[in-house]
Amino acid sequence: METKNLLEIEHLKQYFPVAGSRNVVKAVDDVSFFIKKGETFGLVGESGCGKTTTGRSILRLTEPTSGKIVYDGEVIFDSENNIKADMLPYRRKMQIVFQDPYASLDPRMTVGDIVGEAIDIHKLCSNGKERRERIISLLQTVGLNSEHANRYPHEFSGGQRQRVGIARALAVNPEFIVCDEPVSALDVSIQAQVVNMFEELQQELGLTYLFIAHDLSVVNHISNRIGVMYLGHMVEMAESDELIFHSVHPYTKSLISAIPIADPRKARASKRIILSGDVPSPLNPPSGCAFRTRCPYADETCAQCAPQFREVSRGHYAACHHIDKIN
Amino acid sequence: MSEYLVNIQHEKLSFFTPAGEVKALNDVTIQMKEGEVLGIVGESGSGKSVTAYSIMGLTAYNGKIMGGTVEFNGRRIDQMSERELRKIRGKEVSIIFQDPMTSLNPVYTIGNQIEEVIRLHTDKKGAQIHQRARELLSLVGINEPEKRLRQYPHELSGGMRQRVMIAIALACEPKLLIADEPTTALDVTIQAQILELMQELKEKLGMGIIMITHDLGVVASMCDYIAVMYAGEIVEYGTAEDIFYNPQHEYTKGLLKSIPKFHEKEYSKLVPIEGQPVDMLNPPKGCPFAPRCTSCMKICLNRKPEKTEFEGVHYSRCWLQQKKEYEAAMKGGNN
Repeated sequence: METKNLLEIEHLKQYFPVAGSRNVVKAVDDVSFFIKKGETFGLVGESGCGKTTTGRSILRLTEPTSGKIVYDGEVIFDSENNIKADMLPYRRKMQIVFQDPYASLDPRMTVGDIVGEAIDIHKLCSNGKERRERIISLLQTVGLNSEHANRYPHEFSGGQRQRVGIARALAVNPEFIVCDEPVSALDVSIQAQVVNMFEELQQELGLTYLFIAHDLSVVNHISNRIGVMYLGHMVEMAESDELIFHSVHPYTKSLISAIPIADPRKARASKRIILSGDVPSPLNPPSGCAFRTRCPYADETCAQCAPQFREVSRGHYAACHHIDKIN
Repeated sequence: MSEYLVNIQHEKLSFFTPAGEVKALNDVTIQMKEGEVLGIVGESGSGKSVTAYSIMGLTAYNGKIMGGTVEFNGRRIDQMSERELRKIRGKEVSIIFQDPMTSLNPVYTIGNQIEEVIRLHTDKKGAQIHQRARELLSLVGINEPEKRLRQYPHELSGGMRQRVMIAIALACEPKLLIADEPTTALDVTIQAQILELMQELKEKLGMGIIMITHDLGVVASMCDYIAVMYAGEIVEYGTAEDIFYNPQHEYTKGLLKSIPKFHEKEYSKLVPIEGQPVDMLNPPKGCPFAPRCTSCMKICLNRKPEKTEFEGVHYSRCWLQQKKEYEAAMKGGNN
């Protein structure tokens, strides 16, 4: 089934200056992808690979260095033609749920005010009564109740706080939500609650998600398609099952095999691909392919030129010189 | 000599906070032999770290052991003075903390911090100490050890720092290594490296390991025995096979259902454990898991469940099992 693309990202770059030097950190370096309406696009990678920055740049919470962002057919950012749309109307459509439910809620505001702030900014309710009802219905949507509205964030557990964060994002009836590691800070039993809630909300409200996480098993569970990032680059992108069971990029393969299996017999029988070394510093990335310093297949070509991010089979993209040799 | 390396019997431990007494451990019993790997799993606040730390006599200033005994290698830890404890810590029992970023001292070099342990606990002198520090770094797979010894923690990556922590912990070839969420702060590919390293070292040095984690995947591959903790109690204990293939406690079953099945093709919805974790200031009177349990009965709310033993070492604390046992006994009686 062909559905419309809600979001198109082309050659997105996000460079950050380094204090005291002329160097830049290429946090996101030439990333292109699209998200279809109503789907969940998962973005995985290790810390520092630029997945969170990608999410924030799309919302223009940090202004991208260059590239093009098209939301629902409208260009909201285009460095070539110097288009920078006013974001306020788009904030109603695009929202974000942050990683840390402890740091992303103002400790001096009540939960009601945290959820209500967006309603005020966008003038969604005409009077106080309506506002209050709206806040309560939002809290109920995320499994909290009306009495929670008068409490402060510190009175809640991690899982409940994350629910508040979700209620806040839902306050403006958005179409698209960037979920930035929304379950990483939660206990396993609570993670499942929140993941299920994301799925239910998506079905009820027809939401589209960009789901960012480092935990591939959670991402695989919730996503229709997955993109894998490494050191600012997108290295592989495909439908979830295709990516997990038929990955072609050596980094994705090692990432998948590194996930501990919660099954003792299988875990003991499985053979892990253990990558040597660490992720290089993004300040001083390797020449050519970013992954070559840890890649078991790397050779001269990899050092000399960066591989193209190309379609290897229908809907399956990867950036590697040796795909044919490896697979 | 006791046959157990670690023998904790009916330990009760409370923290006295401004808000009141928090009963962090409630009748915890753990026995572990030399060379075994024990996994302790549970949610944050379930008492898994507190249990392990008490083997080193590390209870926070406001914590107090309220009952039971803690034995390590035949000696009573809970009766030792601070001075005696200091001789054991780092020598016979050592620990790797969760966060390698904050558990190394930023103003001392790596060499300084490794050599300190060797100097304090062994007879080695001068150049020997340095030599041993270098050996340790090579043992944990750090290249260019000579250069690393002169570096400061901030110059190393997270995975490297965790390797340094392991090197420090292994400096005196301890009998027991406590690993408190050793890989939680690390990326998966680095986590795989560290787990592989721990496995290797265990085989090489033959030490016992207590692995504290909330990640069921980590315990599945590493541990011989697993203790599942909830609200300061061990609710189920058994071999890794028992826990994963034949879980008896509702909480264990819930945990296993709530993790995504990654290596299976068909999609199945996650089954979360509803409700919120226990408020340790006001724990429930009966079974601590009762308020979140889907099979909760009347008795669960009022009385703490007894231990039900299954095959081998496997046991759980759940009234459902008690009920089954009781019913079986009644049937047997009638025949």
